[in-house]
Amino acid sequence: MSNQPGEIVAGVLAPHPPHLIYAENPPQNEPRSEGGWEELRWGYERLRERLDKLDYDVILVHTPHWKTVVGTHLLGLPHFASKSVDPIFPNLFRYTYDLQVDVPLSEAIAAEGEREGLVMKMMRNPNFRVDYGTITACHLVNPRWDKPIVVLSSNRAYFYYSNEVGDATMLALGRATARAIAQSGKRALLVATNSLSHRHFTVEPDPPEDMSHEHIYNMNQHLWDMRMLKLMREGKTRQLVAELPDFNEHAVSECSDGSLTWLLGALDLPSYPARVHAYGTVIGTGNAIVEWPHAEANAKAAKRADAEVAP
Amino acid sequence: MSVVRGYLVPHRPQPLLAPHLNPGYTDLRRAMEQVAAEIAALDVDLLLLYSTRWVSILGHQVQADPNPVWTHVDEEFHELGTIPYSFRMDPEFAEAYAQAARARGLHCRTVATHGFPIDTGTIMALSLLNPGNRLPASVVSCNMYADRAETLVLGKAAGDALKATGKRAVAVSITALSNRMFTEIIDPAQDRISSAKDDEWNRKLLEFLGEGRLEDVSQLARSFTSQANADSKCKAIWWLASLMGQHNRYEGEVLSYQPLYGTGAAVVRLVPSLKAAKDQEFDEDDTEFFHGDRGVLQSATPSAGAYASAPAEAAPVTPVAPVASRSPVAPVTPVAPAAPAAAPPASSVKVNTAQAPKPVGAYPHARREGEWLFLSGVGPRQPGTDAIPGGPVWDADGKPLPYDVEAQTRAVIKNVQVILEASGATLKDIVDCQVYLIDMRRDFPTFNKVYAELLGPSGATRTTVEVRALPTPIAVELKVVARLKA
Ligand SMILES: [Fe+2]
Repeated sequence: MSNQPGEIVAGVLAPHPPHLIYAENPPQNEPRSEGGWEELRWGYERLRERLDKLDYDVILVHTPHWKTVVGTHLLGLPHFASKSVDPIFPNLFRYTYDLQVDVPLSEAIAAEGEREGLVMKMMRNPNFRVDYGTITACHLVNPRWDKPIVVLSSNRAYFYYSNEVGDATMLALGRATARAIAQSGKRALLVATNSLSHRHFTVEPDPPEDMSHEHIYNMNQHLWDMRMLKLMREGKTRQLVAELPDFNEHAVSECSDGSLTWLLGALDLPSYPARVHAYGTVIGTGNAIVEWPHAEANAKAAKRADAEVAP
Repeated sequence: MSVVRGYLVPHRPQPLLAPHLNPGYTDLRRAMEQVAAEIAALDVDLLLLYSTRWVSILGHQVQADPNPVWTHVDEEFHELGTIPYSFRMDPEFAEAYAQAARARGLHCRTVATHGFPIDTGTIMALSLLNPGNRLPASVVSCNMYADRAETLVLGKAAGDALKATGKRAVAVSITALSNRMFTEIIDPAQDRISSAKDDEWNRKLLEFLGEGRLEDVSQLARSFTSQANADSKCKAIWWLASLMGQHNRYEGEVLSYQPLYGTGAAVVRLVPSLKAAKDQEFDEDDTEFFHGDRGVLQSATPSAGAYASAPAEAAPVTPVAPVASRSPVAPVTPVAPAAPAAAPPASSVKVNTAQAPKPVGAYPHARREGEWLFLSGVGPRQPGTDAIPGGPVWDADGKPLPYDVEAQTRAVIKNVQVILEASGATLKDIVDCQVYLIDMRRDFPTFNKVYAELLGPSGATRTTVEVRALPTPIAVELKVVARLKA
């Protein structure tokens, strides 16, 4: 690590349906499939090609499936290994994992979060099972598992009061995260792992990968998802955050767990266009793989500024 | 009575892992140990649990791993320690439970996966109430979308499963009362109910339960939920009240009521008693079968139930015109069958099947028009032999004979089912049903009972008329319209 300030190289919205791993048949996952959900899986391939060209030290994940009420929790031990079984789809996801945690960065985020007035708590029980959202997202973003991770829980308390209060808190958590990264001197990839619209079908086809049954739950969800993606592609993230409470309510969005808002807060509400690598549905929910090429956009902006001051 | 008594217990892990942190936690622990001793003295076969901490989305799930073993850590209170567990479940009962739930229109499946994340509530209840796994247990999940009607039907399904297996059980609902947790780190010694209002509502609820008025509490649950931020809308109480018979005739006792990180935690005992019935309100949510309370925004496109109709294996079909190929598992190269000249368009298809009785005229068993499926009138005759289950209603000379309308009705519905399945539909897809009886006064009650059992779950509209005669010596005929799922 140099004495350079740390940096966020990119932020991604990386949804975590276990179906995508089930469809891929990696050796870590027990159930076998005949494929399915190719649009989204190819989108993840395109994202990974882009990320392979970036140089980064650590992956930060904000996950909806570690739900806490007493503050935001962070993994606080260097190593976790176990088997992750999805409680909703145990037939699809039984994944053996072995992962490394960047504990110093996690602690720095907790300290910065407290400075923002947030309740922060370190998780130091070695028998803790890491949630399946985190495991799925990490596999899809970096199947080599060769980078340490930081995992932040989804704090339900503030969203209990209202979506607005929840989002404001997640923006503050994002700011705290960005400051901790800058101080660390590390290059970080940020992963918000949530679906967009999130009303599920309540029954599953047999086999689950029978794609003749896959479509968005209803038109309302599709329209809302497209609205959100349009704002992302146009770089209008301030407006997106302003519309999130309605989106959460009307499209039963998984954004109400705060992951996307945390990411946008950490990226300081970016105004450059995001790249949408794929959009697809999984058991009726809307899922988009979206990249905010943060370092690239900052470099371009710096170059433009230089050109403006040049004689 | 197959449920000999019911209990309410809390789910946050302090009484198990850290009872010493607060006298209230110690008291909850004492109450749960007392419950364990009471259960040990009972002659029962099974512990039947419902936990609000096991959340499901795809209908309900029932734990069917005979021996789930794991090392559990609570996602919120991980600093309190680790809970290693090894439990004894009843897989046969789980299958009966799931089957009973499906028979009542619910989506339900069993899970028996090693490493399945069993929830903190179930783990705490089984650890404290069932030391040494004296009794086998059965746990069902709490469906996130389920409302009261669906949860009442689930409770009834649990009762059906007890009846079917001949087991006697203790029912345990694992739930908080008011569920407003503190959102900051507190000193456990200073724990209290997070608001006076929640506390008052908890006490009101417990007063009712102490008087044994479980059904009243079940009906009050919605008010309690909006006033005191109840745990999962009180679903655990709905399940318990339904399973235990939907009345107020219990001896109730509150064994402990304490704060648990701001929430209301209680241990309550309810024993069915012979005391006189108290006034009880009519319950408009009460229903025997679940017909779905979702998808209210959908009109034309089925969605919530869209998956139910994909037949894994359709009965043999003799298509008069080409039938669209249905759900092959292995990849196939679609070959368009050469359509005979002047064949009806692909969306208009006649269906005949050797599995149903031969039509008595120039008509097919069914005709499909787009997504609609129209069945010809179907009677009880047996395919191949034309024998009439329950006997013909008159002999060759037209002399009336005694006949069994129940057997005839069952045979009619079986024939309808066969034709539907040959057309890629199921009984559940029936949207309208016309019934012809030759003797309304004699046969309607019996017919109506069988119909409720076999076709009630379809939720179809129905018209029943009496006719003087049917073309063959039968007493009942059905004419149905079904809609094929996308
Ligand atoms: Fe999720």
